Amino acid sequence: MKTTAKTTGKVTGIVANLVIVEVDGPVAQNEICYIHHGEIKLMAEVIKVVGNKAYTQVFESTRGLKPGNAVEFEGHMLQATLGPGILSSIYDGLMHDLHEMTGVFLKRGEYTRALDPERLWDFTPLAQAGDTVEAADWLGEVMENSIPHRIMVPFVFEGKYTVKSIVAAGQYKINDTIAILTGKDAKDHAVTMVQYWPVKKAIKAYREKPRPFKLLQTGVRTIDTLNPITEGGTGFIPGPFGSGKTVLQHALSKQAEADIVIVAACGERANEVVELFVEFPELEDPRTGRKLMERTTIIANTSNMPVAAREASVYTAMTLAEYYRSMGHKILLLADSTSRWAQALREMSNRMEELPGPDAFPMDLPAIISNFYSRAGFVYLKNGHTGSITFIGTVSPAGGNLKEPVTESTKKVARAFYALSQQRADSKRYPAIDPIDSYSKYLEYPEVQETLKKSVANNWVDDVMLMKNILIRGKEAAEQINILGDDGVPLDYHLAYWKSEVIDSIILQQDAFDRIDSNTPMERQRYMVDKVLKIYHTDFDFDTFEEVNPYFKRIINQLKQMNYSGFMSQEFKRFEEELENIIAERKVKS
Amino acid sequence: MSGTAFQKIYTHITHITKATCTLKATGVGNEELALVHGRLAQVVKIMGDHVTLQVFAGTEGIPSNAEVVFFNRPPVLKVSEDLAGRFFNAYGDPIDGGPAVEGEEREIGGPSVNPVRRMQPSELIATGIAGIDLNNTLVTGQKIPFFADPDQPFNQVMAMVALRAKADKIILGGMGLTNDDYLYYKNVFENAGALDRIISFVNTTEDPPVERLLVPDMALTAAEYFAVDKNEKVLVLLTDMTLYADALSIVSNRMDQIPSKDSMPGSLYSDLAKIYEKAVQFPNGGSITIIAVTTLSGGDITHAIPDNTGYITEGQLFLRRDTDIGKVIVDPFRSLSRLKQLVIGKKTRSDHPQVMNAAVRLYADAANAKTKLENGFDLTDYDQRTLKFAKEYSDKLLAIDVNIDTERMLDTAWELFARHFAQAEVGIKKEFVDKYWPSHT
Ligand SMILES: Nc1ncnc2c1ncn2[C@@H]1O[C@H](COP(=O)(O)OP(=O)(O)OP(=O)(O)O)[C@@H](O)[C@H]1O
Ligand SMILES: [Mg+2]
Repeated sequence: MKTTAKTTGKVTGIVANLVIVEVDGPVAQNEICYIHHGEIKLMAEVIKVVGNKAYTQVFESTRGLKPGNAVEFEGHMLQATLGPGILSSIYDGLMHDLHEMTGVFLKRGEYTRALDPERLWDFTPLAQAGDTVEAADWLGEVMENSIPHRIMVPFVFEGKYTVKSIVAAGQYKINDTIAILTGKDAKDHAVTMVQYWPVKKAIKAYREKPRPFKLLQTGVRTIDTLNPITEGGTGFIPGPFGSGKTVLQHALSKQAEADIVIVAACGERANEVVELFVEFPELEDPRTGRKLMERTTIIANTSNMPVAAREASVYTAMTLAEYYRSMGHKILLLADSTSRWAQALREMSNRMEELPGPDAFPMDLPAIISNFYSRAGFVYLKNGHTGSITFIGTVSPAGGNLKEPVTESTKKVARAFYALSQQRADSKRYPAIDPIDSYSKYLEYPEVQETLKKSVANNWVDDVMLMKNILIRGKEAAEQINILGDDGVPLDYHLAYWKSEVIDSIILQQDAFDRIDSNTPMERQRYMVDKVLKIYHTDFDFDTFEEVNPYFKRIINQLKQMNYSGFMSQEFKRFEEELENIIAERKVKS
Repeated sequence: MSGTAFQKIYTHITHITKATCTLKATGVGNEELALVHGRLAQVVKIMGDHVTLQVFAGTEGIPSNAEVVFFNRPPVLKVSEDLAGRFFNAYGDPIDGGPAVEGEEREIGGPSVNPVRRMQPSELIATGIAGIDLNNTLVTGQKIPFFADPDQPFNQVMAMVALRAKADKIILGGMGLTNDDYLYYKNVFENAGALDRIISFVNTTEDPPVERLLVPDMALTAAEYFAVDKNEKVLVLLTDMTLYADALSIVSNRMDQIPSKDSMPGSLYSDLAKIYEKAVQFPNGGSITIIAVTTLSGGDITHAIPDNTGYITEGQLFLRRDTDIGKVIVDPFRSLSRLKQLVIGKKTRSDHPQVMNAAVRLYADAANAKTKLENGFDLTDYDQRTLKFAKEYSDKLLAIDVNIDTERMLDTAWELFARHFAQAEVGIKKEFVDKYWPSHT
């Protein structure tokens, strides 16, 4: 792709945002080009080449475009700009800074820079002259919102280099040369604080990618306790509209104990992005006390923004995550919704009249999805540090039916499955994660069990399994009661049902909009699990089934009040005491 | 929307389908307007020198030697204050006998708002209907449809909401509106003395279906003019979006696109999102709120049209006839306003969120009790009480004929709680129970 003269071409066909270009030279698959349209240039990407015709998807509206319009090819693929200043930014899917754009409305062809070239950064060298280095090695660092941002040997550098010189500690702009590296061929290469990387290629500058083994706390009880996600793990959240995918992802983005959070708002509502950038500059990260926005980058390619850029947006987000992972950080990457990305692929493949796969999605959809998820993970860097990308995507299945290509393809690759149930959402049992259908494969990993035992409690995994069992038995009991009637089943069935209801109401259900209830640290989760399991193990004395319901409602009510109170506060203890009194009322004395 | 054209006249059409025709032409831009045999058409595909046009009024009777003239511009609407009080067809031409509106020409279907320039919606829209204000509070800048079977009184409810909403302008986009419904809207607005705040773009069942495709963009271009240029609060009513989507499928099927679910085009989500995302709170105080109607067939919300709509809009409102009280109610289970948490408990009394949730939970218990009853089982005392509660809740709060303020709605809910339940059964935060639980019962 390294031609000196730029390939050019002219437009010969237009169908919505598919534009066919006749070219006068070589073009590469996924190469970026600009289509001239009057005063402006529209960015596009090559998605197919047939003879001297390049099929391009334009990242803009093609209104007014005419055959004959000139096209220039750039000689590179869609790339992310990597350097200090990414955090706190809000980008479109192609990494143009949305704040830099003028006016209230987006303008076609207004492509803003990703990073501020004028800003000065306090640079501290980490390498010294004479060091042998390779791609991704840390040359120095700057503080980006108090998070160390490592300036690395560009990922595109192949083989070993020697540091010829490196600048002294001081203030530099991103385009200033901070080091000169000498290659094997004795040529010198200037390195600045900014580098570029094609978003569709994975950054693989690490030594090893082991299986994830550490819990990533999210403060969401039904996840942390029942189906935990790990540092470097992958998960997905399918659910019909309105079932709570976005609210759940927003909760994760606020609460998860990650160093950096990257949110890709991919083909969803603009107001949901507004919510993030209105709240995040105000809300604090409970662990660091700093504002959430300082650790967050938002890629906003909402549903009314160009469809082709939707596909790019998830790759841009992943590339940013990989960049920060190479610095030894713990990244949480969220994408809402991966189905919109798949739909963008479908629209394009449809326009190119490709042979469709199931539901008219492209044939290679499963491969595309699996490729993407495989870029997440926990890694050991070459310098011994660790980094991770935990990726959780939402899926919006048509008609809420999970038997559709995007859900099925994702299920094959993501290891944690958080199925949102319409029924739970309808009865306002939020978060509506179905406790029985959902799973986390990580809970089966011996190395995860080991760390859970150490970090939470020795019997933790057994307790979790027990709770899952109680929930299943509760569901079965409820079904029997429904079929046979309240008085058609033994009293035990009512007990089984209500004991599972205690777990459902107190551990699973969680008010995402309550200041205290929304975020439960692991220690508190453990305390409440012990509490509800103690109730489960208690023998109660009832004469008739009619006494069971009101009694357990009182128990649940007390526990709920505890959930709403500060952990171990006066209030909390008072509710707990009342709870103990209620339990004592019917506890069988042994 | 007709205009003078100085372009070359073409007279050789090579392909004609029910909605499109193709001819050889040069120098034509994508999405440009043209006149084919006197009918408005728009460029939808260009392949070399073959240009395909979508003819809005259909191609019936168009001969292969018909005259085709290109306009050199996409569809536009002339905007000015003079739009107020006027009725137009899908092309923006007056249908009320009045003169054409003079004003600045604006391309319809224009660019999207930069997300970082949006303001967070925060202004509550009070409708007096508790099924909406209490359980599914609306906010300016929101987009929300009624999901309704064709026989439900959604047009009435929508007109009522529109008039109570205190909007500066109400813009009606009617697609496949029956003549009766069109006259109904006209009458209601006239009787309310609101005609000078209303602008209508109407395509009735008598008009060609493909013309409907222009209606939302026309209505929203007018809305943007008033919201951006005049800083006004604009409410846009779009009815019926199902008929709009049907028109989309007609065109895409004619263009041999591979249909996805329910023979809808694969781009349905993006097409609908482009319209609904025009709902916005602008920084200057202006806003566009969209209330739409999506009719269902047989109550099926998994059909591609309501399904894609639900994934785009900020909630949905369901109407249902409650046979126990013989009234139409706003169904609390399936209805949802996603922006409500921006205002409830903040712009309204702080017990609002908890009261709302508790009432719906108890109503769900009643639904379970009802199932038990239907299956021939005995009801517990608690079941009996939930049933009594449900009936009163439905009548005093959910029915669409309720018209009270939010405070009154909350008080009513507390009264019902206290009448039928013990405090622990209601499960509300203690501080609110202490404050609002009625003492006299
Ligand atoms: N944990 C929760 N606590 C309280 N309310 C919730 C919770 N989760 C969801 N909700 C309610 O459900 C509504 C819809 O949730 P959300 O927007 O997350 O749905 P979604 O699955 O993302 O839908 P879509 O696919 O249409 O984007 C929210 O606006 C809120 O009212
Ligand atoms: Mg969502």
